[in-house]
Amino acid sequence: MTSLLLKGGRIIDPSQGIDAVGDVFIEGETIAHAGAPLGDVRRDGGLEVIDCTGQIVAPGFIDVHCHLREPGREDVETIATGARAAASGGFTAVCAMPNTDPVTDNQAAVGFIVRQALRARAARVYPIGAVSVGQKGEALAEFGEMVGAGAVAVSDDGRPVASAQLMRTALEYARTFSIPVADHCEEPTLASGGAMNEGVVSARLGLKGIPAEAEEIMAIRDILLARRTGGHVHLCHMSTRGSVDLIRWGKERGIRVTAEVCPHHLSLTEDAVGAYDTNAKMNPPLRTADDVAALQEAVRDGTIDLVATDHAPHHYDEKEREFADAPNGIVGLETALAVVVTHLVVPGILSWGTLVDRMATTPARVFGLPGGTLRTGSVADVTVFDPALAWTVDPDRFLSKGRNSPYRGKRLTGRATCTVVGGRVVHRDGGGGTGVRG
Amino acid sequence: MSGPVLGKDLLGLEELSADQIRLILDTAQPLKEISERTIKKVPALRGMTIVNLFFEASTRTRISFEFAEKRLSADTVNVAAAGSSISKGETLVDTARNLEAMRIDMVVIRHGASGAARFLADRIKSNVINAGDGTHEHPTQGLLDLLTLRDRLGDLAGRRVCLVGDVLHSRVARSNLWGLKKLGADVAVCGPRSLLPNAVDELGVRVFDRIEAAIEWAEALNVLRLQLERMQAGYIPSLREYNRVFGVTRERLERAPRDIIIMHPGPMNRGVEIDSDVADGPHSVILEQVTNGVAVRMAVLYLLAGGRPELAEAAKGA
Amino acid sequence: MPGKPTVVLDARSMARTLRRMADEVVELFSGTDDLILVGIQRRGVQLAERMAGYIEEREGVAVTRGALDITLYRDDLQTIGPRPVVGKTDLPLSLDGRIVVIVDDVLYTGRTVRAAMDELADFGRPSRIALAVLVDRGGRELPIHADIVGKKVQAAAHLRVDVLIGDVDGEDAVVIVPREDQG
Repeated sequence: MTSLLLKGGRIIDPSQGIDAVGDVFIEGETIAHAGAPLGDVRRDGGLEVIDCTGQIVAPGFIDVHCHLREPGREDVETIATGARAAASGGFTAVCAMPNTDPVTDNQAAVGFIVRQALRARAARVYPIGAVSVGQKGEALAEFGEMVGAGAVAVSDDGRPVASAQLMRTALEYARTFSIPVADHCEEPTLASGGAMNEGVVSARLGLKGIPAEAEEIMAIRDILLARRTGGHVHLCHMSTRGSVDLIRWGKERGIRVTAEVCPHHLSLTEDAVGAYDTNAKMNPPLRTADDVAALQEAVRDGTIDLVATDHAPHHYDEKEREFADAPNGIVGLETALAVVVTHLVVPGILSWGTLVDRMATTPARVFGLPGGTLRTGSVADVTVFDPALAWTVDPDRFLSKGRNSPYRGKRLTGRATCTVVGGRVVHRDGGGGTGVRG
Repeated sequence: MSGPVLGKDLLGLEELSADQIRLILDTAQPLKEISERTIKKVPALRGMTIVNLFFEASTRTRISFEFAEKRLSADTVNVAAAGSSISKGETLVDTARNLEAMRIDMVVIRHGASGAARFLADRIKSNVINAGDGTHEHPTQGLLDLLTLRDRLGDLAGRRVCLVGDVLHSRVARSNLWGLKKLGADVAVCGPRSLLPNAVDELGVRVFDRIEAAIEWAEALNVLRLQLERMQAGYIPSLREYNRVFGVTRERLERAPRDIIIMHPGPMNRGVEIDSDVADGPHSVILEQVTNGVAVRMAVLYLLAGGRPELAEAAKGA
Repeated sequence: MPGKPTVVLDARSMARTLRRMADEVVELFSGTDDLILVGIQRRGVQLAERMAGYIEEREGVAVTRGALDITLYRDDLQTIGPRPVVGKTDLPLSLDGRIVVIVDDVLYTGRTVRAAMDELADFGRPSRIALAVLVDRGGRELPIHADIVGKKVQAAAHLRVDVLIGDVDGEDAVVIVPREDQG
């Protein structure tokens, strides 16, 4: 049995309340020890020692929301490239949204993703199945068989579940399998044709806006349906102050609502659209500084449970066009940690412990996934990151196939230096590393 | 003054300074005379090639630009890309590359997508003039409106101008709004709230819900074209009611405390946003706008054209 | 500014010179029939106005004036940096059969006059075009000469000849000054 010693790092594990310098010892695929420094570790079958001095050693980060494009758009991303990009960004596991081509709406499609992920041997990839067949918003997909094949949640992400009745049924039906229904909150008639946040910037640029209410109306609908059904609704990529207030309202009443926020909504405003920069086009759109402040506070106080990337690679040609016609989304796996560190930890909004909680512990708990902890005997998914390393984003060096990042050229702080999945090192930052320039 | 005074492109009035706008208007003023000559042509842009790239059908703007170009002796090519079977995005990128490869000097672009002119300008070395991009800006229309108003009112500082109608979808409205504000005018908008931007209060303009109030206040009305599609899209219930509530009619103007200058960027929907006896009436400057359009476009072409400063030294003392 | 200006003509001698030039115009064309004095923007326009006034005084007839801005006819538009300011051109619709006297302040390379003649041609076919300049400073680059010259001076290339006119500059004078960086 191979073993791995992560030595001398600052261990932060919110699941056990650990924040101390020490060692993490991994035997095979499980955590054997996380805490006080170990003396001599016996060597049998080969021991690898990694010096983690000055680094933070944490349970592996889990991204519950990304788009890996396979099957269908392997030119843009594959499960293998996505899983490697994830590992490079410090993620030990990601959840792949089902808006592929064909849609991941049955057990065979789910099984395909599981197999491709195993072959990639990088970050773990958990499939999310579709809520409705073909994501058409009509007939319920086969949750049971998909869960049997490895799906960890259901979602029609990319489009909202427009029908309240379908959403109600999905929440009820998902209870059987104890999985969350993750919804992309967007009232389709209000958002129709919108290209950015509705506000003074959209008025200036002459772009059709998406009002905050398009998200908030669906958020409260979902929260109310969760109350009615007792199902677990997970609200994807929340972007407005109003949504935060509604989630808070729901949680205060004990409704089973959880929510995520993306690094870009925690760090950028609609001003990033500037002169029609399509790399600042995403859905939900970048909002106002007031929304950003509300989201930052919500992720701090736990109203928003976790950070997820909504990693959405596109071919450069697809973004190289008129703003209104360009597709939504940006890549995020390789910048998420640094954006959160730079915009929330450095300014003192989040502690390191809260960061680890929102990126590892809580995602594992909300989606019922292994990991999220360094408890002895648990799966050896570990992220080691340098909290102080400053680097300049160069998307041309991403491991993802996508280059569509609004952070190009930005100086960020914090970087995953070593990612361990099931006891195996799947990423080591060799000084240069992905996305680093000069 | 050193360096090109306008920069490479004219994409919108929002990004121009008041001095730059005044320079264009001051340059346009003497150029009006050229159109009155028997030989309506000066050699200023001789040898320059200009492409009029129109992705949207437009008769008057294209003709106005073409006259302006020809009166300055430029060589012009018209490309009407509307109706092309290729999807819009591909066409624009590829068109940009093709134009660059043909070494043309200037491109006048009209396109249905907001930001299309900037998109092109960022990708080619040639000068780019925005002849209307989506619902963003139509800067030469804004400039010709400013010139027309200045002809009538003199200095626009403190003058009261109201944009009437579909401000939400109007690139003319946006260019007017920025241009007027930069020249110090007091700007208002009036129209159904469903056709005003939701954030209109943040644009620094007055808002009138009733046309009667706007008429009582304004010295000039710029009546925007109401696209008939807006009714189909459900922004207003009917053209009939629009005319009833927001139409600029003689009866309403007669109750005004002063004579009001009436402008319209054309083409007009007579009997919808404006009544015929107003459009053809004594206070209408609609045809002056058209005349001024050529002069303003000549001024923009002249000011953007050529001008390699590194050769200025050699030309010194001529 | 380095160097002192050298005064070539003061206000009184400038007035005398312009009167003489006005007389020469009438003499050259044996009267004022069909005559039009066309000043080149900007100071040529002022000089033409003065000369026309003197002719009217002396002859008791009205003299037609015109103004010409040659900016759009310059042969260096494609090479210079900031666009020169365009002035007003104000001419009768047709110059057919007219006697046109172009009036300018300083004759130097001759390029301005070349441009002026090109522009005049767009207004018709005058029977005669003549050139009257207040100062001829030499240095021609084109085969052009003036019919009526107020004052000839030899000014080296590094010097600038400035005509100052009351309406524009606050005083009447012709001075020679060293060139600044911008010519």
